[in-house]
Amino acid sequence: MPSSASSESAGFTRTTAAAATRRGPGLSLLASELRVLFGRRRTWALLLALAAIPVLIAVAVRISSAVPAGRGPAFLDRITQNGLFVAFTAMLVSVPLFLPLTVGVVAGDTIAGEANLGTLRYLLVAPTGRVRLLLVKYAAALAFCLAAPLTVGLAGAAIGAALFPVGPVTLLSGDVIEPPQAFLRILLIAAYLAISLAGLSAVGLFLSTLTVVPVGAMAATVVVSVVSQVLDQLPQLEWLHPWLFSHYWLGFGDLLRQPVLWDSLVHNAWLQAGYVAVFGALAYGRFVTKDVLS
Amino acid sequence: MTAAARGPGSWTYGLTIETQGLTKRFGQQLAVDGLDLAVPQGSVFGFLGPNGSGKTTTIRMLLGLAAASAGSVRLLGLDMPGRFQDVLPQVGALVEGPAFYPFLSGTANLHRLDAAARHADPATRKARVSQALDRVGLSHAAGKRVHAYSLGMKQRLGIANALLSPRELLVLDEPTNGLDPQGTREVRNLVRSLAADGTTVFVSSHLLAEVEQICTHAAVMSAGRLVAQGPLPELRRSGIARIRLVTPDAAPAMSVLAGLGLVPDAAPPQPDGEVVTAVLEPAPGDAAPGNAAPEDIVARLVEGGVRVRGFGVERESLEDRFVALTGEGFDVAQ
Repeated sequence: MPSSASSESAGFTRTTAAAATRRGPGLSLLASELRVLFGRRRTWALLLALAAIPVLIAVAVRISSAVPAGRGPAFLDRITQNGLFVAFTAMLVSVPLFLPLTVGVVAGDTIAGEANLGTLRYLLVAPTGRVRLLLVKYAAALAFCLAAPLTVGLAGAAIGAALFPVGPVTLLSGDVIEPPQAFLRILLIAAYLAISLAGLSAVGLFLSTLTVVPVGAMAATVVVSVVSQVLDQLPQLEWLHPWLFSHYWLGFGDLLRQPVLWDSLVHNAWLQAGYVAVFGALAYGRFVTKDVLS
Repeated sequence: MTAAARGPGSWTYGLTIETQGLTKRFGQQLAVDGLDLAVPQGSVFGFLGPNGSGKTTTIRMLLGLAAASAGSVRLLGLDMPGRFQDVLPQVGALVEGPAFYPFLSGTANLHRLDAAARHADPATRKARVSQALDRVGLSHAAGKRVHAYSLGMKQRLGIANALLSPRELLVLDEPTNGLDPQGTREVRNLVRSLAADGTTVFVSSHLLAEVEQICTHAAVMSAGRLVAQGPLPELRRSGIARIRLVTPDAAPAMSVLAGLGLVPDAAPPQPDGEVVTAVLEPAPGDAAPGNAAPEDIVARLVEGGVRVRGFGVERESLEDRFVALTGEGFDVAQ
C-alpha cells in the first residue's frame, strides 16, 4: 500500500486545518435553495393557481352585469369603476384557504421532502449543519410567503388594469389616493400577508421534521390553519382568539386608511414572532436529535 | 500496508475509522451491537455482511446521520458527530444508494450538494463538478434531468458527488449496485486509483468477489456483531485448506493418507476416478492433522502405488469463509 510514513503522521492535521479556514458565510446554500424552490414546476403551478384567482374574479365581473353594492366579498362592487380593486378583492378572498394551502405545501415539504427524496442525508454529510439547514429552509419558505400574496396582488392589478378603467382609489377612511399610491398599498398588503403567514410556515417546518412523508406534513399544516380559523369563529373561545395565528389575517383593512393604522400590523408581527419562536424551537429540538434513516 | 500501531491512549494512531463499543438500538432490537471497527489509513476496507446485518446503520452512525445508543466513533482522528464540521468535508459518501432531485439535471444536482458544503469553494465549483462527472463517465448526460437516468447512471452520479472535493476517506455503500459489468469494472479501477493517491476507501458490499478483488482489509458483520476483521490475506488464511486427490485407487490412497496422520474422506467420484479429500490446514484452534507438505504427500502416494490423476490444495474462498461466519440460507438476520 502506498501510505508512506510522512503522510501517516501529517495527513489528518494538514487537511483538517485547511477545511477549517475555508468556511464561507454559507449563503450559497440559501441561493441554491431559492433556485430549487422557484425553479420547480410545482412552485410555478402554485403561483399560477394563485394568479388565476384575480383573473377569475375580473373575468366574472366583466362578463356579468354590474354587481349590486354590498353583495359578494368586500370591494367586489367597486371593480367595474376601478380595476385596482381586483387586487384588493383577490387578496382578501385568497386569505382563508388559498394562501394557507400553498404555504402549507411549501412549508410542509421543507424537511420531509428532502427526507423523502433521500437528499437529506446527502445534504447533511456534505456537510450542512442541521441548524443551518433549518434556517435556510425556513428562509426559503418565508420567501414563498412573500411571493404568494405578491403574485395575487400583481396579477390582480394587471388584469384589473386590462379589463377595467383605473383611477383614484377611495380608501376606507374616505380619503382618495392616486393609482401609484394605491399600487404601493397593494405591495404593503402583500407584505402584511407575508408576515401573517410566517407563523404558519414555522408550524409547517416543525411538522415537516416529524415525518418522511411530505404530503402528510403539508396536509397537517393546512388542517392546522383551518382549525385556527374555525376556533377564531367560536365566541365561546374569545379568550383564545388573540393567540390564534390566524387572528389578524384579515386585519389589513387598516392599511387602507389615511393615515395608515399600523396597530394590527404590529400586533400581528408580534404574534407571528411568537409562533416562529415556539415552533422554530420545537423544529430545532426535533431535527437536531433526529436519526436520519431515510 | 502495515498494521496500525497502538498509540499510548485508547485511541489508536493511524486509523481513519475507529469505533469502540458502537451500539445502536431501535426499541427492543439491537441493530448494531458493540462494534469495534479499526480501519487503517490508506486501506481499501471491505465491510461485509448479509442484508440486515447492520452495515448501513453503522455507516449512518459513522457519518453522524444517526446517533449511537452507546459507544464512540472517531473519523480521521476526530470525534464524531461532535467534530462533523472538520471531519465531513474530507469524507465523500455514498449512503444506501444514490438520492437526487429528479427534476434537476445531473450537473444541477451536484451544484446543489456542493453548495450545501460550506467549505467548498464556489469559485472552483463548476470545474470540480464537471471533473467529477467526467471521472464517472457521465459528462454526456450531465444536462439531462436525473428523472431520466437509469439506476446505473444515478449510481455513477452518486459516486461523482462523493468525489466533488479531495477526500481523505470515501465511504461507499454498495457502490456497484445497479451497475453493468463495465461500470463495475470502472468502479473497481476508480477505487484502486483513489487508494493509490492515499485515500482510505471503506466499501460496504455483499459482493464477495468484488471485495476479494479490490480490498486490502475486510470486516464481516452478522446480526449486528463484528465476527471477523483484519487484513484480507489473514482472513482468508484463517480458513481451512484441503487436499483433493483424483485416483482410481481410492482404498490404498486412504490408507497412505491415514498413515501420514491425515483424516481422509471419500468425496463424490468424478468420471476420471474416485475423489479423496483430507483437511491439510484446519480452522484456527483445531489441532493440525500431521504436518506433511503437499509435495511429500504426492511422493508417498506414488510410493504406495497409488495412481495419481489429479492432486491439488484447495483453500476456502472468501465466500466459504463468509458463509461459515454468517450462516447459510436466505433468512435475513434479525
